[in-house]
Amino acid sequence: MDTTVAIELAVNGTPVGRRVEPRLCLADFLRYDLELTGTHVGCEHGVCGACTVRVDGALVRACLMLAVQADGCRVETIEGVSGTGEVSDLQQAFAEANALQCGFCTPGMLLTAHEILQREPGADPARIRLALSGNYCRCTGYQAIVDAVHRVGGARGRETR
Amino acid sequence: MSTPPPVHERESYIGQSVVRPQTARLLAGRGVYTDDVRLPRMTHVAFLRSPHAHARIRALDVTAARALPGVVAVVTGEEIARVCDGWVGTLAHFAGMKSAKQFPLALGRATWQGEPVAAVVAETRALAEDGVASVRVEWEPLPAVTDAETALDPATPVIHPELGDNLAFALDVVAGDVARAFAEADLVVRETFLTGRHTGVTLEPRTILADFDPAERRLTVYHSFQAPHMMQDILARHLRLPEHDVRVICKDVGGSFGIKVHIYPDEMATCALAVLLGRPVKFVADRLESFQSDIHARDHRVTAELAVRRDGTFVGMRLDDLTGIGPYSVYPRTSAVEGNQIARLAPGVYKLRDYAAAVRVVLQNKTPMCQYRAVGHPIAFAVMEGMVDLAARELGLDPVEVRRRNLITADMYPCTAPTGYFFERLSHEEALDKILEMSEYARLCEERDRLRARRVYRGLGLCMFIELTTPGPAFYGIGGARISSQDGCTLKLEPTGKVVCLTGVTEQGQGTDTIIAQVVATALGVRLEDVRVLTGDTMVTPYGGGTWASRGAGIGGEAALLSGKALRQGILRVAAAILACEPEDLDLRASRIVDALTGEVRLDLPELGRIAYFRPDTLPKDFQAELAVTRHYVPRHQGFAFTNGVQLSHVEVDVETGFVRLLKHWVVEDCGRIINPRLVDEQLRGAIVQGIGAALWEHCVYDAEGQLLTGTMMDYLVPLAAETPEIVVGHVETPTAYSEGGFKGAGEAGTAGAPGAVLNAVNDALAPLAARVTTQPITPEVVLRALGKLP
Repeated sequence: MDTTVAIELAVNGTPVGRRVEPRLCLADFLRYDLELTGTHVGCEHGVCGACTVRVDGALVRACLMLAVQADGCRVETIEGVSGTGEVSDLQQAFAEANALQCGFCTPGMLLTAHEILQREPGADPARIRLALSGNYCRCTGYQAIVDAVHRVGGARGRETR
Repeated sequence: MSTPPPVHERESYIGQSVVRPQTARLLAGRGVYTDDVRLPRMTHVAFLRSPHAHARIRALDVTAARALPGVVAVVTGEEIARVCDGWVGTLAHFAGMKSAKQFPLALGRATWQGEPVAAVVAETRALAEDGVASVRVEWEPLPAVTDAETALDPATPVIHPELGDNLAFALDVVAGDVARAFAEADLVVRETFLTGRHTGVTLEPRTILADFDPAERRLTVYHSFQAPHMMQDILARHLRLPEHDVRVICKDVGGSFGIKVHIYPDEMATCALAVLLGRPVKFVADRLESFQSDIHARDHRVTAELAVRRDGTFVGMRLDDLTGIGPYSVYPRTSAVEGNQIARLAPGVYKLRDYAAAVRVVLQNKTPMCQYRAVGHPIAFAVMEGMVDLAARELGLDPVEVRRRNLITADMYPCTAPTGYFFERLSHEEALDKILEMSEYARLCEERDRLRARRVYRGLGLCMFIELTTPGPAFYGIGGARISSQDGCTLKLEPTGKVVCLTGVTEQGQGTDTIIAQVVATALGVRLEDVRVLTGDTMVTPYGGGTWASRGAGIGGEAALLSGKALRQGILRVAAAILACEPEDLDLRASRIVDALTGEVRLDLPELGRIAYFRPDTLPKDFQAELAVTRHYVPRHQGFAFTNGVQLSHVEVDVETGFVRLLKHWVVEDCGRIINPRLVDEQLRGAIVQGIGAALWEHCVYDAEGQLLTGTMMDYLVPLAAETPEIVVGHVETPTAYSEGGFKGAGEAGTAGAPGAVLNAVNDALAPLAARVTTQPITPEVVLRALGKLP
C-alpha cells in the first residue's frame, strides 16, 4: 500500500516535487531525499539547534517539522544561504575567530546568528548569548562565536549608516 | 657547513594564529561527516536495547520483524558471535584487573539498560526501527547492582559469577611514611567529594558505515572516530580478517572528546553485519542511544585527608577512591585508567612526599564508564584544591599563600612525584603570579568582602593543576593494547611544487591538520598554502595512534617536523643537481630555492618538480631524486610530557534559590611551545566550558533499579551560551627540551581545572554562611541543602 504523500516546495530557490512518507521529518527529507547534508541532526528533539533551517523566512528546527508540513513552503538551508552570499560576512568572521571547531553546530549557528542580527543589529554580547542559547556547541565554549557575531553586527551597522 | 639553526628560530609559522583552511568547507555546510556518506545498496541498522538494567533473555522471537517489508535481516547475539569474537577490557600492567568477556550483542543476559540485544537491518532507519518494535523478548528481570558503595558487600549479587566478585581493579599507591606524617601534623582536614556521572555529548552522535566486499573479502569502514589504526587492528582481529584487508576512514568528525576512541558493541555489530550480509550497513546513534551507550565517566566518591602544619605546610595526604564503572571494563583502554590517574595526579602540584591512595573499581549495572576528556584530572584537582582551601580556612591562612608555601618550585626540576610521574619542568609559580595579576585578584577579594556586607555572596576559587599529555608506550602499549604511541608523517613534493602531507594523528575540530601544516611549512621552508594535509585513512596515512590524551602536537607535530627536515634535504639535493652546486650552498625559503648566503632566488619549486619528475634525463646519470619521505616519532625520554596551569573562577551564589552565576573565568596554562595561539586559546575555552558543565549541570541520573532518568538533552543539561562566562586566557611557555619542536599538549587542561575552580569559588561565596558543598554537579538543590534550607 502506497502511503506516500505528494509535496511541492521551493528549496534554496529551486522548485522540488517529491512523494514522501507522512512520518518523514523535514531534516531527513533535506538530508536523504535531496542530499543537502549541511543540515545536521544532533538530537532529534528540538533542543540542540543543529538542524536549524528557514521556512518561509522563519527559523525552524527541521527535526520537529514533517516534510509534508513544508508543502508549498520556501525552505532555505546552509547550502542556499552560502550560495547567495547573505551570510558570507558571518562565515568570514567565524573563520577568523575560530568560532567553530568540529563544525557540526555551525550551519545552525550561522542561520541563527544571521536572524539575530537582522532582528537586532546592535545586539550586545549579552543579548547575543541569550539569543544563541537554543544552539548547542560542545567544542568552543561560545566566546569566539559571540565575538564573531558581535563583530559582524557592528560592521553591518556601519555599512547601513 | 654550519648546522642549520633550529626550526623554530627560522622564518616561521610556529607561534602564528593562522586561520584553519578547512573551516571554509564546514562553514558552507560542505563538511562530510560519516552519516553524509551514502553507498550503493546501503542498509541501516537499528538495535533492540535492554529496557532493564539486568535481565535474563528467556526468549527472543524475531519472526514478525523478519516478515516486515523493507527489513533485510534480524540478527541475534548468537548469530553475530559466530562472525565476531568477544573481547575482555583488561590491561596487563593493571595487576589483578579483571572483566568479563563481552560480545557485540547480549548473549542470554543484558547487563545495563541500553545494552544492544538484537539488530534489525532494513532499507531505511525508520523501517529498521519498525522492525525493532516487532521483536518480541521475554525478559526475566534480575536484581540490579547500582550502588558502588555496596557492590562488594556479600549480600550484593555478583554480576559475572565467573569473576567471583564485583571488584574489577584495586590499586594502592604508597609513598613515604604517611602514618608518621599524620602523627606529626598540627591539623588533619578530612572531606568526602562526590562527582556525578557525566558523558561527552558529542553533537554528532557516534556513527559508523561498514562496507564489506564479499568478492575480495575486504572491509572498508567509515567511522566517526579518533583512532583509525586502533579500530583497523581490532576489526581485523575480531572479525578474523587480514589487517591489510580492513580500511578505516575517518572523514569529518562532529566532536569526540574521548567518546569516540573506544570499542562499542553496536559498532562492532554493525561491522559484523556488513560481513554477514555482504552489503553496506550504517549505524547512527540517536540521542537517547547516545545517552544510554556512549561511555560515561567521572562517577567517583573520593575521601581525602590532608595533614598540615600550623604554618600551612602540607606534610601528608591520604586518598580513598571508589568508582562504579558499569558491567564491563571498556575495551581496549580499560575502565581502570580514571581511578589510577586520580590517585597519581592528585598530589602532583605540591611538594608532598608522604602520600597514600587506595582505588577500588567496581562493577555495576549501569552504562559502562571509560576515558573522557581529561581522564581523572577534574576529580583529582577538585579534590586536591578543595582540600587546600579547606586547610587554609581551618588554619585562618590565605589560600594563595598556602599554595605558594607548598608548590613545587622552579629550582626543584627535574623531579619525580611520589606517585611516579616525572616532571621535566613546570611553571607553577609563574602561572600563579600571572593569573593573580591578570584577574586583579586582590581587587576582586576586596569587592567580595565589601559586597558580603550587602548580602551579595560572591566567591573566588583557584585551581592549580597538571595535565598529562603526549603519552609514550607506558600508557597502553606495555599493558598489551595494540594502540600506537608513535606516529608517522609522510611528505611528498608533487610535480607542481606543492606538498602533500599524510599524518597518523587525526582531526576532530581541534585544528590538528592546521598545526601539522604550520610545522611542515616551517620545517621545509614553504608557504603554508602550498601544504595540503590528509588525516584519518588507514590505507593512506602512516601508522599512528590518532588524536587523544593531548598527543597531536607533541607526537604528530614532532613527526611532522622531522619529516619536513628530511624532505627539505631531499629537495635541496635535487636543486643542487639541477644548478650544479652543493646542497649546502642553497636554502629553501617561502617555497623557493635561494642562495643560502645572499637569499637570491635560484629556482622555484614547480620548475624543480618538472625536472625531477618529467626530465630527470637532464640530471647526472648517477643521481636519483627522492621527493617523498616518512619520519616517525615516539616520546622516549619521558613517559608523558606534563603541562601545568591554574584557573580562577568568580561566581555569585543566590542564597535564596541556590543558583550559581558564573561572573568570569581565568586560565593561565603552559603547554610548551605554542604552534597556533588562537587554537590553543579555543581548546582551553571549550575544555573549560566542559568542565563548568560538569561542575554545575551535567549529570547522568539513575534510579535505584538502574534506569537512566536523563535520556534527553532536556534532562542532561549541557552549557549554553547564556550561562557561560567570559574566559580570559594567559600563557607561560616552557618548551620540552626532549623534542626539537618543544611542543606539549593542550586539549584537556581546561577541563582538568575548571570544576575545582568553580567548586572552590562556590565554597568561598558560602564561607560567611558556614556552608560547604562537596558534590558535583553543584545544583541549586545541593547549595540549598548545604545552607540548611532543604532537608
